Amino acid sequence: MHRSAVSDHLFRHESGRMVAALTRVFGLHNLALAEDVVQDAFCRALEVWKLRGVPENPSAWLMKTAKNRALDVLRRERTARTFAPDLGRLLQTEWTVANAVEEIFDPIGIPDDQLRLMFSCCHPRLPDTAQVMLVLQLAGGFGVQEIASAFVSSRAAVEKRLTRAKKSLAESGVLFDIADAADFARRLPAVQRALYLIFSEGYHGASPRSVVRGDLCREAIRLTRLLAEHALGDAPSTRALCALMYLDAARLPSRLDASGELNSLFDQDRTRWDRDMIVAGRDWLERSAFGSEISRYHVEAGIAAVHAAASRFEDTDWNAIVALYDTLTSIAPSPVIALNRAIAVAQLRGPQLGLEAIDAIDDRDRLERYPFYHAARGELERRRGRGAVARAHFEAALALARNLSERRFLEKRIAECER
Amino acid sequence: MSEFLYLYRGGQRGGTPEQSQQIMQKWLNWMKDLTTSGNLKDPGQPLEGEGKVVDTKGTVTDGPFAEAKDLVGGFSLVEADSLARAAELARGCPILEVGGFVEVRPIMKMDM
Repeated sequence: MHRSAVSDHLFRHESGRMVAALTRVFGLHNLALAEDVVQDAFCRALEVWKLRGVPENPSAWLMKTAKNRALDVLRRERTARTFAPDLGRLLQTEWTVANAVEEIFDPIGIPDDQLRLMFSCCHPRLPDTAQVMLVLQLAGGFGVQEIASAFVSSRAAVEKRLTRAKKSLAESGVLFDIADAADFARRLPAVQRALYLIFSEGYHGASPRSVVRGDLCREAIRLTRLLAEHALGDAPSTRALCALMYLDAARLPSRLDASGELNSLFDQDRTRWDRDMIVAGRDWLERSAFGSEISRYHVEAGIAAVHAAASRFEDTDWNAIVALYDTLTSIAPSPVIALNRAIAVAQLRGPQLGLEAIDAIDDRDRLERYPFYHAARGELERRRGRGAVARAHFEAALALARNLSERRFLEKRIAECER
Repeated sequence: MSEFLYLYRGGQRGGTPEQSQQIMQKWLNWMKDLTTSGNLKDPGQPLEGEGKVVDTKGTVTDGPFAEAKDLVGGFSLVEADSLARAAELARGCPILEVGGFVEVRPIMKMDM
């Protein structure tokens, strides 16, 4: 068997499509059954492909296997279980079962099924982290180990959270109805937020494995594009979210090197930025400018676009960045945003005013556990020439570092204070 | 509302897989419509053409006696206001397109 042809990504991507179609057939309350059928199909694939080679269209093969398996289950258990409530008795009779299942597995309908599942995962009763983990596993096809590694958590802990979240999801009964425009609009921000959090976990997150982090960013982009391809999902804010992700992800190759080493915006080799992604990001940003809504994603994408426009750090338009952070603060006030604004102020008006802006952050105490709060203070003190004070701040940051790459990054800064 | 049994009789069976997929798609659409209108009480099942017949003497012989054009090919249970309405609804049945017919029979209410 050619390993390259059956990459983990094939199973990962197909898993999302298969679970989505199968929950349509079985109903959300039979989520576990849908997942079993997917695992079954993967096992069969590995067995059969080992003997006969990988089929020409492995993705169609997997879908067909899942479909046939679904039919077996429906026939065997039609008196013992209830299945998709919207299909009523059509799954219980031979008059219609095969064609009803065929209709659901039609590739044209699958993206809608994926959205139904994603929207269901973002149920307001579920905590943010649970929503994110559910989207990653059910829509993204991430395994428990991958999620654990992305969230720097133990396999057992993630397993436990997912089990609880899935139980709650299954109990919520029916799949989210994406045809209801009002419900769609109401749930959309939660879905965007989950996608944004997946992306952020990849971009800023604590996982020391750069591979995992790149995967998270790519998956967030893939699912956000899926959302943008739906008539109701194609809101200005969704386009802006796409723009933000492309523009930030363009910097990923220089932000993290192969060993997971972290580079600040100042140190990055900008020739390694992904030009295609920058072009795509700008395009999304341009197309996001309609309607009256200015979301936080618009502003954050705007900031990323300003960075992308500067081929050298010194060329950055800090005026524009400070102004964008001002807007962002008025839309979505948070201490982390205020901290980023202060850093931009320091670039524009010098370290003294930057430090004053940090001191002016209202709920600054909420940043005490955030390593980059102390690192920012350290950096500005260092630039003011107060090496000893700077060093103390960097040491405080080091004590809070969440992983090896953050530790290395801060140790490098401490060493610079010696000079 | 009263209940009626639809007996689907006769009609050509088989054909290529594509043809039968197309015919079954019509059945799906028709039954979806009946579900939406609230008339489909139980979709029932299609029946195989072969079977056994058991008579009063307990003798078992092969196959239903009916001629192919009358052969019961399946059944459903519908709900409708009247026999006339139930018959009206049966006009959409795909069996009519393949030379078969629908026998509409009211379910008898046994007064004890």
